[in-house]
Order: sequence, then C-alpha cells, then structure tokens
Amino acid sequence: MSNAVVEIENVSFGYQSGQRVLHEVSMRVPRGGLVGIMGQSGCGKTTLLRIIGAARLPGEGSARVLGVLTSELDGDALYALRRKMGMLFQFGALFTDMSVYDNVAFQMREHTGLSEELIHDLVMMKLQAVGLRGVARRMPSELSGGMARRVALARAIALDPQLMLYDEPFTGLDPISFGVIARLIRSLNDSLGATSIIVSHDVKEALEIVDYCYFVADGRIVAEGAPDAVRHSGEPFVEQFVHGKADGPVPFHYRAPAYAADLELESA
Amino acid sequence: MVESIVRGFFERVGRGVTARMWQLGYGARFLFYLVLHSGTALRRFRITLREVYYAGVLSLVIILVSGLFVGMVLGLQGYETLQRFGASESLGVLVALSLVRELGPVVAGLLFASRAGSAITAEIGLMKATEQISAMEMMAVDPIARVVAPRFWGGVISMPLLAALFSAMGIFGGYIVGVELIGIDRGAFWSQMQAAVDVREDILNGVIKSVVFGLAVSWIAVFEGYDAAPTAEGVSRATTRTVVTSSLAILALDFVLTALMFTGGNAR
Repeated sequence: MSNAVVEIENVSFGYQSGQRVLHEVSMRVPRGGLVGIMGQSGCGKTTLLRIIGAARLPGEGSARVLGVLTSELDGDALYALRRKMGMLFQFGALFTDMSVYDNVAFQMREHTGLSEELIHDLVMMKLQAVGLRGVARRMPSELSGGMARRVALARAIALDPQLMLYDEPFTGLDPISFGVIARLIRSLNDSLGATSIIVSHDVKEALEIVDYCYFVADGRIVAEGAPDAVRHSGEPFVEQFVHGKADGPVPFHYRAPAYAADLELESA
Repeated sequence: MVESIVRGFFERVGRGVTARMWQLGYGARFLFYLVLHSGTALRRFRITLREVYYAGVLSLVIILVSGLFVGMVLGLQGYETLQRFGASESLGVLVALSLVRELGPVVAGLLFASRAGSAITAEIGLMKATEQISAMEMMAVDPIARVVAPRFWGGVISMPLLAALFSAMGIFGGYIVGVELIGIDRGAFWSQMQAAVDVREDILNGVIKSVVFGLAVSWIAVFEGYDAAPTAEGVSRATTRTVVTSSLAILALDFVLTALMFTGGNAR
C-alpha cells in the first residue's frame, strides 16, 4: 500500500484544439504533504490541477487520486471522490447569490443530513478558523478580495477534505492578506491532517510554505525538490523564475518575425 | 472564379446550418438532462420558490403596468371601430377576447423574456465566468440540478401566472376607458363579456399558450446562460441571444398554436 495521496504517472494531455499542454508528467504527493506546482502562466500547471481534481482525464498515462484511478470513475464515483477534496479557486468563486454563512454551509446542506443547529455551529467554527466569524451575514460583494479568498477557504474545508487543491491562492492579494492566506494554508494543512497541492506563480512566497515543489515549463517538469534545494540548485530556469529575471531560458521576446521586417525598414 | 464563389457560398450556408442543427441537438439533450435531474428542484421546493420570486414577483410591476396600458389602448381603439357599427357595447368582449386569446400570453411572454429571461441567462453566464459553476462541480454538486433546474421551473411556473395577471389588468384597463371614461353601459360591458368568453375555447387555449411560451423562454434562457462563453463578451452575447431567440420563438409558436386551435368559429 503506497503512502501517496496523488500519483501521476507519465501523463500527457492535449486540448481539442490539438495543442499539447502536458508531456509525460510524473509526480507524487505523500499523505500530509504540502506540495507546490510552480511555473509561468500558461505552462500547463492549472491543467495538471484539473487532472488531479478529475475535471479532466489524462490523455495518456494515469492519475491515481486518493487511491482511485480517475479514468475509471463513473459519475457517482467521481462525486464520491470529490467529496473528499476541497478546492480553492483563483478568485474564490463564492456563490454571489448567497451570504457568507450560506456559502460555507452549502456543502453541509447538500451532502449531509445535519440539523441547522449543528450546521450553524460548524459554519461558525470554520469561519473562526479563517478569522471571519464577524462577516457571516454579509454578501460576497461586500467583502474585500482577501476576505473573499478566506471565506472561500472556509467553504473549501467545510467537510474536512483529505486533499486540498489551491489554484493560484495568492493572486491579487495585498501583502497582509497574502501572509494571512499563506499561514492559513500551512496551518490548515497541519491541523486537518490534509494533503495540499498549491499551484502558483508567486514562487518566492509559495516556496516559504511548501514542503516540496515541482517546476513546470512548457508542459514538462523541469525541476523538483525541497524548497532550499531548489533555491540553490543552479538550474537556469529555476534561477530565472525565482529571481524574476526578464531574460533567460524563457526568452523575453515571444516568437516573431525579424524586427526590421515588422517596421518595414527593409524589404522582407 | 464564379465556381469558387458559388462553392464558398454553399459552404458557408452549410456550415451555418450544421452549426445550428448541432446547437439545437445540444439544447435538446440539455433539456432532457435538465428534466431528468429536476428531483432536487422539486423535492426542495424552497429553492425553486426563490426563483419564482426572482422571475415572477420581480416582473410584476412591468407586467401589470403594461397590461393596464395595453387594455386602455384596446378600449380606445376598440370603441373607435365598434361605435361605427353601433356595437360599442361589445367593447368588453373585444377587449377580453383579444387579451385572453392573444395579447395576454404573447405580450406577457415577450416582456417575460426581456425582463426575467435575460436576467436568468446573465446570472448563469456570470456564475460560469466567475468559476462558481466549476466550484459547485468540485463540491460534488451537479450545477444543472442545483442552479439550472430551479431557475427553469421557476420560469415555467411564473409565466402562466404573469400572463393571467396581464390579461386581468388589461381587462381592467379596458373597463376604465370604456365604462368610466367613455360611458358605455357597465352592465352590458360585463354581461356581454361573460356570455361571449368560453372557458375551454378561449381561456384554456390562452393558458396553454402561456405555458408553452413559459417552457420555451425558460429553456432558451437557461441554455444560453449555461452555454455562454465564460467572458464578459460571451455573457453579453448570450443575453442578447436569449431575448432575440425567445421573442422569435414566442411569435412563431403563437402562430403554430393558433393554427392548431383555430376552429373557424365552428366549435360552439
């Protein structure tokens, strides 16, 4: 019996347009781990997260999540698997027609037969965990971006998931909200005993909290390791990425015809 | 040269027709799935009732005011024509039959499509654009059962009620103009109406029309919302399509239904 919660083996994936997004990616997330998947926008890391969340099936290779192969799931088994997962979306994706309280209570009402009294207590505990019990009666439109993200986090952990997925949890946050979210992710991971996967391009910040990380470029894993090892690996891509250099293995210029030709300085 | 233009033309037409047929098939399958998964919406009726409030109750003002004015205009125009034949006392019949058989369902349907249908499309489209639909799927809740079906049934329930209120308000408008303003005999206005309007031939047929329009508009509205491209532009296009397609569908269905119900006056 393997100790891994997520095992991705030689997964390749392409969308219908024919563009190939992932090439033979393999990765392993141990139980209780907090693992980062990092890379530029458009490198395929969100697709990888979708494959782990079983929203997409691997074209080739296999994805085993919480002990089941995602390609063998039918509708009911898929929903059964997802009940054990929580996902934090990039901008929270709170239900805008419900109050904060109802958002957090949503899954409890849909999936459990708990009484409203019990749900009330549970919702308050989840909101307390993210420090936002005070806004329970507000609507999502009355929250700041950072608060919305924290409420979404409370909603994602509503049913104490075994696996938490975070899609760009830090995007667009001010430094204070950012620190709060980062600390919450770490402490929730440890206190829930859950396994977490963070997809992010905020490398420096993400490296502070993860146990292990994978760097993805052009749909391939180019580097992996513990944060300290990765920081000092000397791998040119990681070097460029961690230090935010404009030019390097990832060129500053997107493929284009010769500059002079575009400016019509010479007959092309 | 000519050949290629002709071929290009046919290719474009062919592509357009195929795309429409594909869309229609997709829409039909969507409706089928939606009806199959309506259990939640009907069992937990509070969710649907909430949509009846948004689609129905909030449309009341526009429906009632429009009904009143349409009825008052009918009163004026009808009197103008009827008094030439010395039949001005039949004004009640004219107003009631026009409203119950035609104008009630059709105009209420058009108003419903632009007031409630567009709102349903925009809401579902925006939920999709802000990942709320994906979030729901990740929480193992079927968005068609939880978001789409209640809105669909809310619309289907609201529409006949709105059409009935529209007709009632219109008859009241005709009464104000005919009896109170112009001075037709009150007894003749009501008694001739009572004698001439048949429950099955006129009222039931009108109700059937409003039910059919309600189904059509609600179906188009939820489908366009769910099918919208998840961007600001996609949602705005989908909203426009809902209003245009619903309006055309109402007018076309009205002709078909009227033709089917037409008896040439032989029924009685």
